[in-house]
Amino acid sequence: MTKAHGKRPWTFYVLATLFTLFVIFLYGPMISIFILSFQGPTGGLVFPLRGVSLTWFGALFGQARTGDIGGAFSRSLPLALIVLVLTVLISVTAGFAFRRRFRGSTAIFYAAIISLIVPGLVLSIGILVTFRFLDLRANWYGSALGAHLSWTLPFGLLIMFAILGRLNPAYEEAAYDLGASRWQAVSHVVIPIVFPGMIAVALFGFTLSYDEFPRSWLTVGSKNTLPIEIWTMTTNVTSPALYALGTVTTAISLTAIALAIGSIAYIQRKRAMRL
Amino acid sequence: MKKNALLITYLQVAPLVLVLLLFVIVPLALVLAVSFFRYQVLVGLVPDFTFKNYIDILSNPTTWWLYFSTLKFTVIVLAITFVLGFWISYFLVFHVRNLLTAIALFLVCTVPFWTSNIIRMISWRPVLGKEGLINSALLKLGFVNQPVEWLLFSDFSVIVAYVHLFTLFMIVPIFNSMARIDPALLEAAYDGGASRWGVVWNVVLPLSKTGIALGAVFVVTLVMGDFFVVSVMSGGLSGSATSGIFNDLQFLNYPRAAASAVILVIIVLMIAAAIFRLVDVRKELAQ
Repeated sequence: MTKAHGKRPWTFYVLATLFTLFVIFLYGPMISIFILSFQGPTGGLVFPLRGVSLTWFGALFGQARTGDIGGAFSRSLPLALIVLVLTVLISVTAGFAFRRRFRGSTAIFYAAIISLIVPGLVLSIGILVTFRFLDLRANWYGSALGAHLSWTLPFGLLIMFAILGRLNPAYEEAAYDLGASRWQAVSHVVIPIVFPGMIAVALFGFTLSYDEFPRSWLTVGSKNTLPIEIWTMTTNVTSPALYALGTVTTAISLTAIALAIGSIAYIQRKRAMRL
Repeated sequence: MKKNALLITYLQVAPLVLVLLLFVIVPLALVLAVSFFRYQVLVGLVPDFTFKNYIDILSNPTTWWLYFSTLKFTVIVLAITFVLGFWISYFLVFHVRNLLTAIALFLVCTVPFWTSNIIRMISWRPVLGKEGLINSALLKLGFVNQPVEWLLFSDFSVIVAYVHLFTLFMIVPIFNSMARIDPALLEAAYDGGASRWGVVWNVVLPLSKTGIALGAVFVVTLVMGDFFVVSVMSGGLSGSATSGIFNDLQFLNYPRAAASAVILVIIVLMIAAAIFRLVDVRKELAQ
């Protein structure tokens, strides 16, 4: 730790440069495809821009040759929303259960960790085989939904652990001592403390599902979700339409992130003002 | 009352258990079972108890070559993401003085995680391609006479994509560990006469080991279990440990794909267990 007001050490400048380069590395390529998605009608997959147009965004939804993008959207969005709701509900309730020691808690914790580190492809095969044995068809709202939950729930659970670790049981006890009912204690004490964490869980639920590829690949069945549609496009679409799709889908993710971070910041600020 | 509370606890955890059973435990158990089945053309799965699939895979030199190639990628990516993750976290935690600035910069690092991986891979094409930004710059500056070919669709581009996608998995846990280090410890070390480097080596590094271990487990499992980064970024030129699974699935040879999957999971879990042996992650997480 450097002294709060002293001269900055030379390492600060070295590491600040490293950090800046890393951010350029992180965002540079993405920014280049956003720019290229506005390529003019005669433009290609690389710079320079030959005019500026919305041609390729039109091509995305206009032609049949780019595949069933509208359909993929109409499955990916509802799926991500369902995963969001279920991830929040299941991880919040499970998080509360884990505040007590109970038989089997360690086993459940390890099962969640296994779910997190087992390669998605392997789990995908397993779920597909399970559905075959049960004589069920793989589809996006069944097998893919479960596959996505197996990816989002461990994250949700770990976030809830972090949040609930900070929730001192004395707060609830104080509420009870002051005559609060169980429901009042939950709604006036617990939920306000846990709420920003729930938004974070929701963000993970939505975006991880919306962008998930390996766990979707075998489990979606015959109708593709968006990431798989994009994957097939990478091999047969050689126009900037691919970049336009990238821009659209990234815009959706960024909106979700902005909503989540914005509302967490809003809640924190409101809370700070009340104190 | 006590019994009631326990019942509520079990009810609270029941939905999680149900999902984990149906979509993790049972599927993994079935993969293990199917890996001993027989595969028959036209019939598909034939229940059996044979080690043929495993013998097939392990006696095939291609398997060993693919695993060697995947391990090579894993080690290289692990080294790069560790160095980046460690120093970026160090910068954010110990060099950025304003907490809000540090959080904002941390968010800047994490935002891409919530966007599409496949788009992030594709976005390297206009940069690394034959007519991409780097090649045009090199040509214009006169460093090369013709475009550098190995930038895209090569081992190099695969590593670039891995580092691009997975460094975050190092930054978050290491940042988390470092943020918990009491600044007074560092002050004490400086006051005791430690050099800047000595503090990093003897105080910060040991106290960040939980984060490093968690990050390493993430990176190892992501790289070892990957098949689509390699296939998109190498243009089909490089293979990975999962390539065999990929091929078998296309011929609907589920038993052999399952056997490959079991071998992969065993190796991944062994590496994860070895890393977790070095640090008790659960104990540290519970703090």
